[in-house]
Amino acid sequence: MAKIVLENLAHAYGDNPQQESDYALKRINYVWNDGEACALLGPSGCGKTTLLNIISGLLEPSEGRVYFDDTDVTHVPTKDKNIAQVFQFPVVYDTMTVAQNLAFPLVNRGFDQAKIILRVEEILDLLDLRHMANMKAKGLTADQKQKISLGRGLVRQDVNAVLFDEPLTVIDPLMKWELRSQLRALQKKVGQTMIYVTHDQIEALTFADRIAVMLDGAILQFGTPKELFERPSHTFVGYFIGSPGMNFFPCEIKDSTATVVGQNIDLKDSYGAPIGKLELGIRPEFVSLHERAHQSDGLPVVVESVEHLGRNKIVRLLAGESKFSALLSERTQIPKDPVAQFDANRICIYQDSFILEGEAQP
Amino acid sequence: MNKTWNNKAWWMVVPVVLLVAFSAIIPLMTVVNYAFQDTFGNNEFYWVGIEWFEDLMESDRFFDALQRNILFSCIILAIEVPLGIMIALSLPKSGWKVNVYLVLMALPLLIPWNVVGTIWQVFSRTDIGLLGNTLVSLGFDYNYTRDVLDAWITIVAMDVWHWTSLVVLLSYSGLVAIPEAYFQAARIDGASKWATFRYIQLPKMRGVLTIAILLRFMDSFKIYTEPMVLTGGGPGNSTTFMSIDLVKMAIGQFDLGPAAAMSLVYFMIILLICYAFFTVVTNMDKAETKTGGAS
Repeated sequence: MAKIVLENLAHAYGDNPQQESDYALKRINYVWNDGEACALLGPSGCGKTTLLNIISGLLEPSEGRVYFDDTDVTHVPTKDKNIAQVFQFPVVYDTMTVAQNLAFPLVNRGFDQAKIILRVEEILDLLDLRHMANMKAKGLTADQKQKISLGRGLVRQDVNAVLFDEPLTVIDPLMKWELRSQLRALQKKVGQTMIYVTHDQIEALTFADRIAVMLDGAILQFGTPKELFERPSHTFVGYFIGSPGMNFFPCEIKDSTATVVGQNIDLKDSYGAPIGKLELGIRPEFVSLHERAHQSDGLPVVVESVEHLGRNKIVRLLAGESKFSALLSERTQIPKDPVAQFDANRICIYQDSFILEGEAQP
Repeated sequence: MNKTWNNKAWWMVVPVVLLVAFSAIIPLMTVVNYAFQDTFGNNEFYWVGIEWFEDLMESDRFFDALQRNILFSCIILAIEVPLGIMIALSLPKSGWKVNVYLVLMALPLLIPWNVVGTIWQVFSRTDIGLLGNTLVSLGFDYNYTRDVLDAWITIVAMDVWHWTSLVVLLSYSGLVAIPEAYFQAARIDGASKWATFRYIQLPKMRGVLTIAILLRFMDSFKIYTEPMVLTGGGPGNSTTFMSIDLVKMAIGQFDLGPAAAMSLVYFMIILLICYAFFTVVTNMDKAETKTGGAS
C-alpha cells in the first residue's frame, strides 16, 4: 500500500510528439493518498486506461515520473512494481482450475504453500466461488471468469495498489451492484489503495472517495462526489456527472447580475465584468417551476416533455433558444404557465468552460 | 399440412458425386479390385480372396518398412514441433521484419519434393557437396551412401529443413491471435517466461498445433520422393520406407496384387492414427469445457 504521485506525467503513443494533440495524456500532476479509493471517470478514449497502464508499468510514460511513496518507479518493470490490475475483459488461465488461477500470482512470487491455500480460501469465500474451486476455468461463463480475474487482483495483500480497468463491463447488472459494494467494503476494511477506471458515473460515485474526471488526456477535476456535484470545475464535469447533467446557458455578466435569455438573474457572488465565452450552470435538481401569475421574475419557459422516473420526473424545458431540464419530485404539479427559478446558492459561472470564482458580496 | 415432395434437388449434388467418384472412389476401388485378385497380364484376373493380406501380415519386409516409417515420423515430430514453436516464439509480433522472416521461412515449402531431394543429394556428397565435404574435411567419418546412421541423419535434417517452417507458420498464427491482455495479466501476476508459455501460449496454440502435428504426421508417414532421390532406399534397405517399398513392389516387381493390398493397409494405418489422435485431442477439449473437468 502506498501513496501514488504523478509528476509532470505525459504520454504519446507516437514516437515523436510535436503538438498537444499527439499526446494521449497531457501533463498530469496528481497525488493519490495511501489507502484511498479513487475512480478515473471519463468517456471512451480519454486516456483513462493509458494512465492506469502507466501506473502499473505496462506502459512507460514518454515524459514525467511516477512515485510510490518516495520511490521513483517510472521505469521499474511491472513485476517489481507490485501492483494488481484487473482488466476489462476476463483473463483466465484456461488449463488451471479456479483455485489454481487465484493462487497463480502468489505461486509466482514464491509465497509459502500454507499461506497460499489460506489466502485462496478467503478469496473463494469473498467472491462466492467456493463451489467451483476445482473446476477448470475454461468452461465458465464470462462473469464467472471475470470474478476469477477480480480474485487474482485481490489475492495479494502486500500490493502497492489495486487497479481496476472497467472490471464490471461483462458482469450482469444485478451482480454489478453486489460486486461493487463488496469491493467497496473490502477496500474500507483492508485500506488498500484502489484506482477504478470507468465511464459509468454511478459506478464511480458509489465506489470512490475521490473521483478524477478525465477528458482528452487531461484530468479536469479531482474531487469528492460532493465537490463534483456542487461545484464542477469545468462544464464537461457538470455535464458528465449527474443525470440529467448540469444545464448551461450562454449569459452576460455584470457584477452580481447574470442575463439569461433576456432575463436578469441575481447571483450570490460578484464577478466584475468578465470577458470570453460565459455560461451559467445550474443542476436540474436546483431548478424550480412556478405559476407565472404568482411569480413575476422567473424565466418564462415552455414544457416540451416529461419523463417519469418513479420518485422523480425530468421536465424538459425550452426558454428562448435554450433547452434545459428540471428534476422535480413526482408529487410536484407542473404549473400551467410556468416560469423557472434557479437556486442562487447553486449557480456556477463558467468562463471559456472553466469555473469562474466570484467575490463574496458584503 | 400437405408437403409437396420434389426430389429434383438431388440433381444438384451430381457434380460433386462425379468429381469425388473420379478423383477418389473409382481409383480406390481399382486398388481394392487388384488387392483381391491375381493377374499375369492380358487383363486376366483370378480371385485370390484375402491371400495377399495374409502374405502381407507374415512379411518381415512390410513390418520392417512400417517400423522405419513410425520411427521416422516420431523423430521428425519430436524435432520439428518443438523447434517450430521455439522459432515462432522468438519472432517479433509486428513490424516489417516479420514479413521478411515469414517469406524467407516459407521458401523451403515452395520447393518441389524431388528438387529438395536433389539439393540435399548434392549438398551431402562427400566429394563435391558443401556439407558432406566439410564434414569429411573436419575429420568426421561421414558418408550417407554407406553408413545407415549418416543416411538417417541426412534424411531427418532434410525433412526438418523442408517442413519446420510449416510448424512455425501455424504456431505463429496461433501466437499472434492471443489478446494482449493475457500477456499484461501475466506480467501483473509476475509470471515467468516459462509460466507464460506453459499457461497462456501453449494452451492457446493447441488448435493450430493439433493441425500442425496431423499434417506433419501424415506427410512424413507418406514420405517418398526425397529419400528416393537422396538414398534410393539404401544403404541396403535401411531407408526403404513403405512408399518406396510399395513402388518397388508394384512397378519394379510388377506384383500388382500384393502392392494393392499393401496400399490399402498403408492407407488404413494413416487414417486410423490420424483419427485416433484427432479424437483424443477433441475429447480432451470437450472434457474440459463441458463437465468443467473436476480434477
